[in-house]
Amino acid sequence: MPGNRIRLKWWKIITIVLLYYTVIGGFLLPVPRIPILNESIRLFYFHFPMWIGMTLLFTLSIISSIKYLRSQNIKDDDLASESAKVGFVFGILGLLTGMLWARSTWGAFWTSDTKLNNTAIALLLYAAYFVLRGSLQDEIQKARLSAVYNTFAFLALIPLVFILPRMNDSLHPGNGNNPTFRLFDTSHSMKLVIYTAILAFCGVGMWLRDILIRIKTLRRLDDETN
Amino acid sequence: MTFTLLSLNSFVQTDAPVEMADILRQDGKIYAVVLGLLVILTGLIFFILHVERKLTKLENENKINADSRV
Repeated sequence: MPGNRIRLKWWKIITIVLLYYTVIGGFLLPVPRIPILNESIRLFYFHFPMWIGMTLLFTLSIISSIKYLRSQNIKDDDLASESAKVGFVFGILGLLTGMLWARSTWGAFWTSDTKLNNTAIALLLYAAYFVLRGSLQDEIQKARLSAVYNTFAFLALIPLVFILPRMNDSLHPGNGNNPTFRLFDTSHSMKLVIYTAILAFCGVGMWLRDILIRIKTLRRLDDETN
Repeated sequence: MTFTLLSLNSFVQTDAPVEMADILRQDGKIYAVVLGLLVILTGLIFFILHVERKLTKLENENKINADSRV
């Protein structure tokens, strides 16, 4: 590649554009007037995409893990571990934004809401994935064991976050007896921003994953030459 | 279930005005917030491009990627 100029891939350019739209539209476009929620309804633009991003990255992670178990190619293990790392960061950010939102609308940073506790458990399961990886020296053993564990973590994540809270009483929209966020669908501008925000933050997640994977590839090359 | 929905419906349609950041918008100060966020976003994007450039340089030195797009 000549000089210091870089030519970005198309989806990275789209991510930048969508991020700008999210920030401008998210604050300036009109939102429905709902008591208690008030302006905090705008947190929906930033809180919800975190969970979509987390789910996307954890899904990519488990796909790579299963691929690794079939191919025994260490590259697939790298894809799995780096995707899980970014997904975990998104999960933490989702929890933190959710806590701020809960404080201003439900009255407390943390409630006994099934969704909150279950999500915390799911994230701890993923934290154990990193502990497992960190505790094994042998690359092949690490790759194989963590691929199997990752499958378990993902299979626990789905019911914990997406199924059980819907069967219990929960303060979240679409859970317990609550209406879903279809309540917001009366506002066209909200729909525009939320779909943009989801795509934008998924793009950010993919971008970070891409960078982490390339660093890992370089490191493997470095290990081989030394 | 029906009762919950009905009560929520009446709750939403209450006549009392819902407080929103109207004054903030009248003063035009919300634009300062958006500008601040745009500055941060632009800074972060420049930083990630800087990281991309460094990575691409390393990859070129190690002849990893034939594709020049990153």
